Order: sequence, then structure tokens, then C-alpha cells
Amino acid sequence: MKNYKNTPKHLRNLLLAALVALPATGAAGPSGQAMAFTCAGCHGTDGSSVGPSMPAIAGMDPEVFVDAMTAYREDKRNPSIMNRIAKAYSDEQLKDMGWFFASQRLQVFPQDYDAALAEQGAQLHDEYCEKCHENGGRPGDAGTLAGQWMPYLHFTMEDFIDGKRKWPRKMKRKVDAAIDEAGDEAIPALLNYYASQSDIDAEEPNHD
Amino acid sequence: MTEMKRRTFLGIAGGATATLSTLGGTLGGTIAGTLGFPSLVLGAVRRVVVVGGGVGGCTAAKYLRKLDPSLNVTLIEPEADYTSCFMSNEVLSGERTLQSLTFGYDGLRGYGVDVVQDWVVGIDPDTRQVTTKSGNRFDYDACVVSPGVGFKWGAIAGYNEEIANESIPHAWFAGPQTQLLRNQLTSMPEGGHVIIVAPPNPFKCPPGPYERASQIAMYCQHHKPKAKITILDAKDAFSKQGLYIEGWTKLYGYGTDNSMIQWISAAAGGAVEELDPQTRTLIGLVEEFQGDVVNIIPPQKAGEIAFAADLVDGDWCPVDKLTFESSRHPGIYVLGDASSASKMPKSAYAANSQAKVAAAAIIARFQDKEPGDPTFVNTCYSVVGEDFGISVAAVYSLDSDTNTIEPIPGSGGVSPANASPEIRKREVSYAHSWFKNVINDMME
Ligand SMILES: Cc1cc2nc3c(=O)[nH]c(=O)nc-3n(C[C@H](O)[C@H](O)[C@H](O)COP(=O)(O)OP(=O)(O)OC[C@H]3O[C@@H](n4cnc5c(N)ncnc54)[C@H](O)[C@@H]3O)c2cc1C
Repeated sequence: MKNYKNTPKHLRNLLLAALVALPATGAAGPSGQAMAFTCAGCHGTDGSSVGPSMPAIAGMDPEVFVDAMTAYREDKRNPSIMNRIAKAYSDEQLKDMGWFFASQRLQVFPQDYDAALAEQGAQLHDEYCEKCHENGGRPGDAGTLAGQWMPYLHFTMEDFIDGKRKWPRKMKRKVDAAIDEAGDEAIPALLNYYASQSDIDAEEPNHD
Repeated sequence: MTEMKRRTFLGIAGGATATLSTLGGTLGGTIAGTLGFPSLVLGAVRRVVVVGGGVGGCTAAKYLRKLDPSLNVTLIEPEADYTSCFMSNEVLSGERTLQSLTFGYDGLRGYGVDVVQDWVVGIDPDTRQVTTKSGNRFDYDACVVSPGVGFKWGAIAGYNEEIANESIPHAWFAGPQTQLLRNQLTSMPEGGHVIIVAPPNPFKCPPGPYERASQIAMYCQHHKPKAKITILDAKDAFSKQGLYIEGWTKLYGYGTDNSMIQWISAAAGGAVEELDPQTRTLIGLVEEFQGDVVNIIPPQKAGEIAFAADLVDGDWCPVDKLTFESSRHPGIYVLGDASSASKMPKSAYAANSQAKVAAAAIIARFQDKEPGDPTFVNTCYSVVGEDFGISVAAVYSLDSDTNTIEPIPGSGGVSPANASPEIRKREVSYAHSWFKNVINDMME
């Protein structure tokens, strides 16, 4: 079904905005917006983080959000603090929060990066990562990479490589191939490339 | 498209149609309703006055404007800038400066908040008016009060405000006293003795005195390795105790004869009753303790204005936790450290979380709607030493039968014991990122 994808973006965002503006109908409990507001202390207002080890979650695909939170809830990701927080929410609540963040515009903040590495990373990305992390890793079907803080990206890769987080399908093979090609520079190059993309806040959120 | 997306999409499509008609309905309803009440002028601007430009006040002001840009929001705060207490213990170790904790109010002005530099002396719940020291009056439809804590001077004989400013700082508000304490540490002789007096519950930042001892130990380890730090406690247990002790044992020899940090519980004679400021001697029930540097964190109560405005019952302000409206005077919402919001601790994250609940509830009231179900989060990090961070987290919901904010069973808790060095190190960087995001969310 591609109707959703074909909906003009502005209209779709409007629908999203209308949805989150509505008070939750039916079951009582806090609204998606109210729950999402409590995340801001660590992820920035409406999910655009200014803290280098916290990911931006604004504009995130709602399904990616729910998957991430479910994995934390089930202690399937490196247990830091999110696993303790995720256990407080039901499936339905995670979805409500996910849709709220999906409808927020991602604001990205400039950060220091190494230009030469970033250039090398751009090539590696095109070759190995673009298929899943489309448009240079902008918000989409897979987790947002473009414009994420480098320390956060670093932690995430560390977790994959150390086996503290399960590789998504095909990802390990692709990362291994990138490392085969560029050696120890592969991961820093990719991270610097994603960190270099600070101009994406002009873009419409794209979550499909 | 996956199952979830398809279902959600259908949900949105249906929801959108409903939205349009509901919107029409609500609008029509509101206009008709408004016309039915001659006292309500259509389009009259609602005024909210916020007392105190700290975590609770700033967050409330920002979110009020964010959720309803038609509101007229005035924030009244005596200082030109906000200096955060959170992370101020790092000034003591030398990891950061006071300047790095100081933030102006221009961000809030950017949200259309009118920021007034003044001190509030009275709030009249009948005429709905706030009065300031300089004699100005502000009318309100709703008033948010987040003045933080005040001290119970007199609880420790011989200790008063003047001594705190001059020689024995509390440094429990970040500012000149934090710098004074830092200067005393740097000029302390090698092998000197630092005493921290920790207050009884409840008080602002339950893990704070222990984080402070840790940060001072971090400084001494590098610069005065023979120094000793004694915590004299009015309690027999404290926040994140197990994790602190794990950190102190690993980093500062806790539990050995050579430990840099000692903790003396109330039961072991740690509760002190009197200070001799001349000799910096603390008199406890069992013994006396003399220090080269003494830091007394006095017992606490709600900030002064809470008493002046008759918002307290005992030391703190009772509130309806659905909205944070005062149980004593309608139209006044008390949040942050000054409110009695158990079981939430008095923390910046708690104040930030409560402010959003109150802001949404105030707007609901203005629109003649029922406030939504509240939800709260608290996370609190402590940096025990280099690359050694720990945290506590909780998600809460309201038990409306008992008017208590209860942690959601099965969630929350402290960092795992004996976690890997990577996790401890990561929590330090989370602590610093948290700091940036909470400041961002309250005032940027
Ligand atoms: C050393 C230390 C470390 C801490 N670390 C952490 C931490 O890591 N994490 C965490 O979550 N919390 C931490 N805290 C706690 C946190 O600082 C407080 O819980 C938080 O600031 C409470 O917010 P508030 O709005 O209630 O009060 P505050 O932030 O204290 O703000 C109160 C404001 O009201 C103003 N005010 C008072 N009276 C009046 C009046 N009459 N008129 C006008 N303005 C007035 C004051 O000037 C002040 O700006 C720490 C506290 C300390 C002391």
C-alpha cells in the first residue's frame, strides 16, 4: 500500500499534527503529547536534542520509535537508562508517543567534524548504508543518522560491534564490508559524515 | 507498508475527518458558550503570572506560550540570569565554572514571555493580583508559583545567613557561595578536613550532598591527596546510597582506614545541633567535629513567598496533583521544590515535568475542559568521580484516590550495581547531555 507514501508531504504532516493535537479518545491515560513532553529533559524540546550523547528523536519514523522502545523495555539494548524508563509504557502508549515525535520537525545543530573523514564517509555511506538509511540517513524507515550527535552515534556503533545490541538484518554484513574497504577509518568516517549534515532542518520530515 | 503503518494510517485518515468536524463543533460550541456568559468577553486575553524564573517557572512560561500563543505570560524573577544549582557541584571539583551554569532569559522572551526583573512580595487570591517589591501590581487569571526552597535558619544554633555568606557557605543556591566554597577548598592546606552537613528529608536534590562530597574528593585526589571529607548526616540512609558507596570504594578507598570520604549517619552521631563559627566546630550529640572547610546545608522549607501568600501547610505547599493547583487557593499553581509532590523528589527534572502538567491544565481550565491525565518523569545523574556516573530514573502516574504521584510498578530504578566501566563513563556523558537538554527545554 503506497497511498500513505503518495500523500503530499504537507498534507500528511497536517494530518499528523491534527492527530497529535487531538486529546486521546477512548481509553483514559495521558495523551501522546503529554508523555512525549516528559522526554524533553533528555531529548530536547519536542525531541530535537542539544545534548551530544542523546539522540534526536524528532521526525523519527513511529515504527522505529516503537521498535527501539520495545527493545529497551525487553532489555535487548545496552541497559543504561532507557530500559528503566521504557518499562513504564504500554504498546499503545509507545505508539501514541511515536506519532507525536514523528510529527515534530527535526532541528539539527552544527557540530565539529573532520571534513576529510566526512567526505570518505559519504562515499562509504552511498555504497553500504544508503539502501536502508535513505537520503543520507535522514529520518526514514531506519533510524535517523543524518545530523545526529557524533558521541551518540559512536555509542550506538560501539553497542552493535560489542554485541550489546542486535544487528538489524543485513547491517552487520554491510558494516563489515565497509570496514574491509576502509579499515579502522570506516566507522569514524561514517560518523563524521552523518555529523556533518547540519543543513537538514530545512527539510520536511520524511518518515516512510 | 507494514501492518502497523497501514492500521495507523487508516486511523489518521479517519481521525482527520473527525478532527475537522470536531473542530467545527468545538468552535461553534465555544462561541455559543461564550455568548451565553456575558462576563466572558470573546477574545479576552488570559493572563498568567509566573513567580520565579527557575526550572519550574521557566518551563511553565515556555510551555504556556508554546501550547497557547494567545496567552499573556509574565515571568517575575529578581535575578537578571538563571544560575543552575544542577551541575554546580562540578564547580567545586574545578570541572566547570559558574559562568557555564548561567543563562539569560532572552530565549523565553523569544517565546513571547514578558520577563520582569523584580521580587514578588504578595499574591492576593481574591483580587487575583501579584504585588512586587518595587510596588508594581500584575493581574492574573492563573498564577504559577515556583520559588524553590528557603532555609530553616535557627535549626542549627550559631548558623545564620550572614555566616553563610561570609565564612561557612551552604552553597545550596548556585552563585557567590559556590565560588566561596570553591575558593576555600583551593586554599585549604594539604591534609585538611572538609565537613559537609547534610540536611534531613525532604530537601532540594536528595543525592546532592553526596555528589558534592564526591566532587570535592575528585578535586582533592588530584590536588590534596591527604585531605579528608566527612559527611555529617541528619539521616540514616540517603539517595542512591549503594551506588555512591560502590563508587567511593572504587575511587576513594571508602571502608578502609585510608578512606578519603567518611559518612556518619544520624544514628552514629552525625546529626549536629550547634556550630561554633569561630573555630568551625560542629557539636553533635556524641562528639564534636572540627573542619578546615565547613559546608552546612540547612534543613529546608518552601521559599518565602509561599508563606507570605498563605500557600503552605507546614513547610511545603499542598497541591492537587492532577493540575498542581494549590489546595489552599484556587487559581494559584505551585510547582517544583516548593510543592509537596510526593513521591517525586525535589529535582530539576521533577520541576520541569510538573510545569508541563500545570501548563496544560491551566490551558484546559481556560478552555472549560477537563485537564488530561498527568504523567511525570524524573531522572537524576550524579558524577561520583572521573568516568564514573550513576543515575536514578522513574516514570510516575497519578493515583487520584490518594492524590499521590506513584512510580509505575516495574519501571525506573537506579543504575545497575557493578556495571561495566563503559556504562559508568557513558552515564557521565549522559549527565552532561541531560544538563544541556533540560536547560534547553526550560528556557531556550
Ligand atoms: C548542588 C545541587 C545539585 C543539584 N543537582 C541536580 C541534578 O543533578 N538533577 C536535578 O534534577 N536536580 C538537581 N538539583 C535540584 C534542582 O536545582 C531543583 O530541584 C530545581 O532547581 C527546582 O526548581 P524550582 O523551579 O522549584 O526552583 P529554582 O530552580 O530554585 O527556582 C526558583 C526561582 O524563584 C526565584 N524566586 C524565589 N522567590 C521569589 C519571589 N518572591 N519573587 C520572584 N522570584 C522568586 C528564585 O530567584 C529562583 O530563580 C540540584 C540542586 C543542588 C542544590
